[in-house]
Amino acid sequence: MSEKGKPGSPEPWRDKSSKPYIRIEHLVKKFGEFTAVNDVSLSIYKGELFSLLGGSGCGKTTLLRMLAGLEIPTSGKIFIDDVDMATVPPYERPTNMMFQSYALFPHMTVEKNIAFGLKQDGIARSLIAERVSDILDLVQMKPYAKRKPHQLSGGQRQRVALARALVKRPKLLLLDEPLGALDKRLREQTQFELMNIQEKLGITFVVVTHDQEEAMTLSTRIGVMNAGQIVQIGTPQEIYEFPGTRMVANFIGSVNIFAGRVIEDEPDYVLLHSDEANADLYISHGIACAPGAEVWVAVRPEKIVASRTAPAETRNQLKGIIKEVAYMGNLSVYLVKLETGKIVKVTMPNQVRSSENRLTWDDHVYLSWLSTSGVVLHS
Amino acid sequence: MATAKQKNLVSFLQKIKPNGSSVTIFIPYFWLTLFFLLPFILIFFISLTQPVDFQQPPHTPIITSTENGLQLNLYFGNYQALTEDQIYILSIVNSVKIATISTLCCLLIGFPMAYGIARSPDRWRNTLLMMVILPFWTSFLIRVYAWIGILGKENGLLNGFLMWLGVIDQPLDILYSDLAVYIGIVYSYLPFMILPLYATLEKLDNTLLEAAADLGSKPTNTFFAITVPLTMPGIIAGCLLVFIPAVGEFVIPELLGDSSSPLIGQQVRSVFSYDWPMASTLAMMILLVLVVPIFIFQYLQNKQTVTK
Repeated sequence: MSEKGKPGSPEPWRDKSSKPYIRIEHLVKKFGEFTAVNDVSLSIYKGELFSLLGGSGCGKTTLLRMLAGLEIPTSGKIFIDDVDMATVPPYERPTNMMFQSYALFPHMTVEKNIAFGLKQDGIARSLIAERVSDILDLVQMKPYAKRKPHQLSGGQRQRVALARALVKRPKLLLLDEPLGALDKRLREQTQFELMNIQEKLGITFVVVTHDQEEAMTLSTRIGVMNAGQIVQIGTPQEIYEFPGTRMVANFIGSVNIFAGRVIEDEPDYVLLHSDEANADLYISHGIACAPGAEVWVAVRPEKIVASRTAPAETRNQLKGIIKEVAYMGNLSVYLVKLETGKIVKVTMPNQVRSSENRLTWDDHVYLSWLSTSGVVLHS
Repeated sequence: MATAKQKNLVSFLQKIKPNGSSVTIFIPYFWLTLFFLLPFILIFFISLTQPVDFQQPPHTPIITSTENGLQLNLYFGNYQALTEDQIYILSIVNSVKIATISTLCCLLIGFPMAYGIARSPDRWRNTLLMMVILPFWTSFLIRVYAWIGILGKENGLLNGFLMWLGVIDQPLDILYSDLAVYIGIVYSYLPFMILPLYATLEKLDNTLLEAAADLGSKPTNTFFAITVPLTMPGIIAGCLLVFIPAVGEFVIPELLGDSSSPLIGQQVRSVFSYDWPMASTLAMMILLVLVVPIFIFQYLQNKQTVTK
């Protein structure tokens, strides 16, 4: 998904010369003693779909609300298109927000809800009607224009909320858990619709979500938040393949983590010993670390191969017994118990139909992975 | 045949057998019939009679028995008198005027107060509400009397204070005027405005106001476009709770008002001492004045529940 964004410069954050559209500098928000957002600095580029991903209470919604002007930062600055937002009230900001609860006005029809924002700008009636009608087409809600919010289903309300936020063509669209209330099928469908709309209108999106799948599918980049801070920023692929910390690795997808000590650290490889796995682990990149340092190795379950026979490559090889098997259709999940007692999660695609030779409970297996598959984490 | 009859009887008894819901519904109906409908009918019939001195009850009987059987005696003179004697009409008009203006004042004062309470921190809210209700712990009559002490021309607290400040050098003539009645009514009925307003404002979803601001609506516009329509049930309830008793109010104008222009509540009370039928007629007129706003209220409420 990382190929999205503006044509010509698909990844503007890599280009030193490109100018960020939204600049957040050392932003702090405190509620009494509690620090909700702690010194966040962030640059978002035009046409990006940036996700703020994190568990509940990590400060992602507070950050979004500060962008909208609904919370006043304790310190730090926000620039949108080079304008300092410090003294700009929410009703004068070039942002629109789609609220988690949708916040549709219950006493207004769908049409009037959407027209509300345009009316505030003093746009001519005929033009308002035209733009409302266009946006209703875009979110496929034309037939429901005269209904009131309580006469709509959850998915329909979500579309109206989106339309209401989009119709003003803001410089920045903020979405707070936009798909949270939808069931899985509808959510997937809407995810792609959101991406289409984003590409069609070229609006910059900032999406707050706790759903890692949603973030992976939608985003050009993801900022993973924890305890008020952004712990990692990267494309979905970077975040997944090269998590910076155990927290990020755990939060995005599932992962096996082995604690270990550095034995050898060279520019092109690291050798560690893990007591947990009772094995030497080999990773094909240097980490610039002193021998004896405590680090962790993260290996994704799908990068591990389980087999009954020992693989030729002896590095990154563990032995264990299959304790649990979960058949998921496209793949199977195995929980393998090592001799040390540690449980390792392995997923393998079900390439053949027959179940004859498939690994099963209490099988003794060898686990192995490529030296490029592991990631060394320092914290 | 006998069994069929028995069956019919059983099914009939089962039909009229009291069950939980019918009993529950019956109690309020019984209550309303006994204490509202019957007195109302009684008053209505008394308004169609003529006064008789030195007799109990002091009016002509509605039904008399003659040789031809029972005879209904209806007298419409009282209603005619209403139209002939301007004082009654004037006092009704005056009452409605004072009640309307007082209700609007209550709304103007009560809305910001209710809004402030609803938006105050949780730990303050109950205390503030308590302060609104607190005056009820003192007798209504004493509180109205207290206003005589405050507004009085000689030795009145307000005049004394203003003259001490040097704002005025002649005491103000507030007591025994319409202004004093307004002050008394607004003061006494303000809690009835604040409480229903608070109840709806407290439920008002703050994110709706945020959404309005986010869409470019300035605070005043948000207030009239979002807050007011969504708190309309509370506004209507509060206005009725103030307006209805204010129309019939007689204690406050009696104690604080100008005795040369009595309100309808005072009229009913004084006329009742010598003319039951006329007093009943006036009571019916008040009811008429009050029933109209109730119907408007019900209409608005129905409209809201239908379209909401």
